[in-house]
Amino acid sequence: MNLDDLAEKAEEYRARDAGITHEVRVCVAAACQSGGSLPVLEALKAECSDGGTCKVKGVGCMGLCSAGPMVAIAPKGGTIPDSILYREVKPHDAVEVLASVGGTPVERLHTPTDQPFFARQQRIVRENSGLIDPESFTGYVAAGGYAGLIKALSEMTPGDVLREMTTSGLRGRGGGGYPTGLKWSTVAKMPADQKYVICNGDEGDPGAFMDRAVLESDPHRVLEGMAIAAYAIGATKGYVYVRAEYPLAVERMELAIRKAKRSGFLGSKIAETQFSFEVEIRLGAGAFVCGEETALMASIEGLRGQPRPRPPYPAEAGLWGYPTLINNVETFANIAPIITHGGEWFAGIGTEKSKGTKVFALAGSIRNIGLIEVPMGMSLREIIEEIGGGCPGGKAFKAVQTGGPSGGCIPAQHLDIAVDYDSLKTLGTMMGSGGMIVMDETCDMVDVARYFMEFCMSESCGKCIPCRTGTWQMHELLDRITKSKGTHKDLALLEELCDVVQATSLCGLGQSAPNPVLSTLRYFREEYEAKLTAE
Amino acid sequence: MPPPAPQPNVRVVTLTIDGKDFSARADETVIELCRENKIPIPSLCYMDGLSIWGACRLCLVEVVGQGRLVAACSTRVAEGMNILTNTERLQRYRRTIVELLFAERNHVCSVCVSNGHCELQWLAQKCGVDHVRVPYRQVRNEVDSSHEMFRLDHNRCILCTRCVRVCDEIEGAHTWDVMGRGSDCRVITDLARPWGESETCTGCGKCVQVCPTGALVKQGTSAGEMVKDQHFLPILARRRHAQ
Repeated sequence: MNLDDLAEKAEEYRARDAGITHEVRVCVAAACQSGGSLPVLEALKAECSDGGTCKVKGVGCMGLCSAGPMVAIAPKGGTIPDSILYREVKPHDAVEVLASVGGTPVERLHTPTDQPFFARQQRIVRENSGLIDPESFTGYVAAGGYAGLIKALSEMTPGDVLREMTTSGLRGRGGGGYPTGLKWSTVAKMPADQKYVICNGDEGDPGAFMDRAVLESDPHRVLEGMAIAAYAIGATKGYVYVRAEYPLAVERMELAIRKAKRSGFLGSKIAETQFSFEVEIRLGAGAFVCGEETALMASIEGLRGQPRPRPPYPAEAGLWGYPTLINNVETFANIAPIITHGGEWFAGIGTEKSKGTKVFALAGSIRNIGLIEVPMGMSLREIIEEIGGGCPGGKAFKAVQTGGPSGGCIPAQHLDIAVDYDSLKTLGTMMGSGGMIVMDETCDMVDVARYFMEFCMSESCGKCIPCRTGTWQMHELLDRITKSKGTHKDLALLEELCDVVQATSLCGLGQSAPNPVLSTLRYFREEYEAKLTAE
Repeated sequence: MPPPAPQPNVRVVTLTIDGKDFSARADETVIELCRENKIPIPSLCYMDGLSIWGACRLCLVEVVGQGRLVAACSTRVAEGMNILTNTERLQRYRRTIVELLFAERNHVCSVCVSNGHCELQWLAQKCGVDHVRVPYRQVRNEVDSSHEMFRLDHNRCILCTRCVRVCDEIEGAHTWDVMGRGSDCRVITDLARPWGESETCTGCGKCVQVCPTGALVKQGTSAGEMVKDQHFLPILARRRHAQ
């Protein structure tokens, strides 16, 4: 199969909907489902009877999760800015919503799509999200899906793919920001009969749900990225590691694997070439530490989910001792467009050292809670005040926590910083997987630090001593300070423990567990001191 | 994880440890080289002959030019490496880690079976731990005396997993495992059943021998078990007078 065959197929799928002029899209991702979008979808389907020019369908996440269930009325093939968007739609609104197809919007439910939340985004990873039916294989192909894989298989050598990845400058979206091209090349260079590709979907940071939305909204895109990676590095087997707390993501991924396999885009002899690639799902059993790559591999192997010392890195000795490539969901979702449009195109987006876009999950004290995708280098002020709409209720912004329990907070005076991997590091925090928890003036920063330490304490696997007992001790000290029972001696001990745990822990969880404390101490030390009591 | 298989053509490298030059086979780890040359490196989970665990973090050393500390047990030697094993910073970290261990469970040396021949106690002395600055957790832990020959006291366990590894890798029984996470971790026999009911335990006692503390001990060795049975005297006396 070559690109022309694929284009023909896509045309054929699109022709099935030839008579349709408008689409009524109902978000059926987890956030809107929990708000009751499935009954809305049913009601709309039942009421829709205009002779086949309008199609009601379930789609992936549109982004503005706090306004769910979301419904969009779009001209066929239109994007979100082209559509009429309705918020908080109830099943009894179905008739009114359908009556507005091609006419004037229902004012009561209407959400303008020219607001910064939609207008300022640049969607690469989330290109199809909210537009196509995540359970439909034909929908993905009709939207141009699998073109990257077919292009790689029919027109490029594995070396070409690696070069394209290096040119793109893509860095791992799981948090570390390791250059993806370099990681792929390392695994590709390892001599081995067997190699593995793993997609890390064990997203566990509090307040982060980017990977969940990608898996629920566009699962084929992740599979396509994995298949391209497998082709480039010479792997034949892949695992998608998803946490069991994401049942909808698991269900849609399973369906996508089955459909892709049936259509010959996964399995043996993909697209009539010699390349074969099998993918299986593995479920996480609720351990945050399994997002750490060595613990994740132990978990796939059926062992206790605990990290092991590195080196050897997975690229050298990973799953069952074989060279293994592990990338995050969002990283894999970036691959297909890079192959389709070329590495140069991707490298043209973002900042000098951080290319492309980044999906962020806005949560906490912010008006527009949901998912956004913006080019790297956008300032935090734009993200929080313009796109996010600022803090609700006229409260003043105080800080934003990035990188979850491994990251740190950024106070108001640094809001103008351009967000990329390196700038966040200079502020003592990190990009992480993309969670942004916004805190307003009513927020107690010591309590924030205590909360994250409690999280790390209960998620520590217990293998190494500094993390197992150090997080417990630090939590105890923070608890004392928040209850105004702490002394100056306690604060000094806390700082010392932060240093020890950071420097001596075995894996990233322990090494980064003190970060929220260190960063709140850096910017809000006076809040700690105000709570201390005399000896 | 089985120990790495020896490579047929191993190179020899030279490196510096604490300012002195040493040569080593390229497949040796830093801790092996240090032990060979009598350079003291504290460790609790490392044991010659067992797989590398890398969890106690006491064998961390500084490699000049490298930002992060590395564990001597899981790091291979390399040409030109410049290693520092006993800097002020490392001493401080080691001391704190030992203190954290003492505060975690109930390590009361004076009433412990292993008093005087305990690796943790010895390390604490070496690291200069004369008091513990962090608060003790004061958690009551169970004692499993169900086995006819051995006893497990969770109060003394430091979760080094030497017992788990020796049972799996040397004895081949895999009776031991770890359950729970974080501070709730504890070693278990079979599927968390009493040791005496274990169907896999061969009673070989290797776990007791490798345990660095008084967590795994032989029955009848504790201070409390040394009870004098003085009832025999009157009985003997009566019998003698009856004759």
